[in-house]
Amino acid sequence: MTTTRSALAAGIDPAAEAALDGLLLSMADDEFVIGFSDSEWTGIAPILEEDVAMSSLAQDELGHARALYELLSELRGDGRTADAIAYDREPADYRHARLLDHGRGDWAMTIARRYLYDTADGARLEGVAASSFAPLRELVDKIRREERYHVMHATTWLERLARREGQPRDRLLAALVELAPDAATVFTPLEGEAALVEAGIMAEPMAALEARWRATITPIFVGLDLPMPPAGNLATGRTTHGEPFRWLWGEFTSVRRSDPEAIW
Amino acid sequence: MTASVSTRAGTSAGAPPPTHAAVLASLSEVSDPEIPAISIVDLGIVHRAEVGQDGAIRVDLLPTFVGCPAIEVIRSAVSDRLEAFGRPVEVSVSFEVPWTSDRISPQGRERLRGSGFAPPAEIDAVRCPYCDSSRVAIDSIFGPTLCRSLFYCRDCRQPFEAFKPI
Repeated sequence: MTTTRSALAAGIDPAAEAALDGLLLSMADDEFVIGFSDSEWTGIAPILEEDVAMSSLAQDELGHARALYELLSELRGDGRTADAIAYDREPADYRHARLLDHGRGDWAMTIARRYLYDTADGARLEGVAASSFAPLRELVDKIRREERYHVMHATTWLERLARREGQPRDRLLAALVELAPDAATVFTPLEGEAALVEAGIMAEPMAALEARWRATITPIFVGLDLPMPPAGNLATGRTTHGEPFRWLWGEFTSVRRSDPEAIW
Repeated sequence: MTASVSTRAGTSAGAPPPTHAAVLASLSEVSDPEIPAISIVDLGIVHRAEVGQDGAIRVDLLPTFVGCPAIEVIRSAVSDRLEAFGRPVEVSVSFEVPWTSDRISPQGRERLRGSGFAPPAEIDAVRCPYCDSSRVAIDSIFGPTLCRSLFYCRDCRQPFEAFKPI
């Protein structure tokens, strides 16, 4: 731990600084992992328009991740770049939600994951939209305008699959069952969360944001006669990652590991 | 927030500092490589362009999308262009205010239409840039770049791209 604080950290209540680090890292890792997962559809999506859509979604999410990692790098002020934070960690040190740990799966799995994530991310972004930490507030203002299109896309597909009996609905139901235990892991409580709320960096604790998320998606799930995600055990929702993530990690770090000193 | 900054020293520090108007005129000659039809000034991504007391030129750019891959290319093009004034140049990418599609100038909107892009409008208000028909259908909200969607005109039967309202 360095004793000098970065210019960006200087304005923050020291009690909240470590928790802010955790918040930014969890948001960045979520966007990075789902962005990279979506890019797996580039070239093989079911139809051309969806190939373009998944690639655009991936590009958006990786862009958000980069901006969040850059903000984190500036906050830490320890000279580690955004790329170093993104790529130079062991799989166990990533803090994305376990919802994003199920492997690409089929199209229904991709849509189920995207819908659950996009709506949960929307609730979380709303929770920091009026943040007292100005750089995060400004970035989130921009990000929310883009995420609106992600929610439109995921909702359209969720409805399309849910309303078509047979394979589309059956596969969607199977995906929702697989994801159910991890569906709410975006709202895994952060260490030091109370200090974030106290400092006005977050409006509410994660449990309150989860309640808002459930209120938003309930009418959609009821309308489509889909099973609502159960309350899960969130204690380890961001700290235990399984084999599918180890594989993904191997993929997204392969170029970096081949030549860590390369300049792009 | 200042996302990133590039600074270049002036080549001939003795040159008189340019006027603000001269800097803007110079920026009007730079375009987004993904949208060559209009300048970055008409696109509304120039947030701030200042000539300081010290004669240094400082420009803040707003990315259209957070993940826009063109922004580094644009920043470099802006630095190259402004270096001609022979003063120190600092170009930053900022999220201080969000770029929105309302920032595209009226002239910019006309130029977009002229090159076959429908200017930003809500989905049900998009018109064909070729025949001005309102009988258009959205094909995909995601297009070849982050900022564009795909449409089809039922009258002139032409596919076209429309800017996303954001």
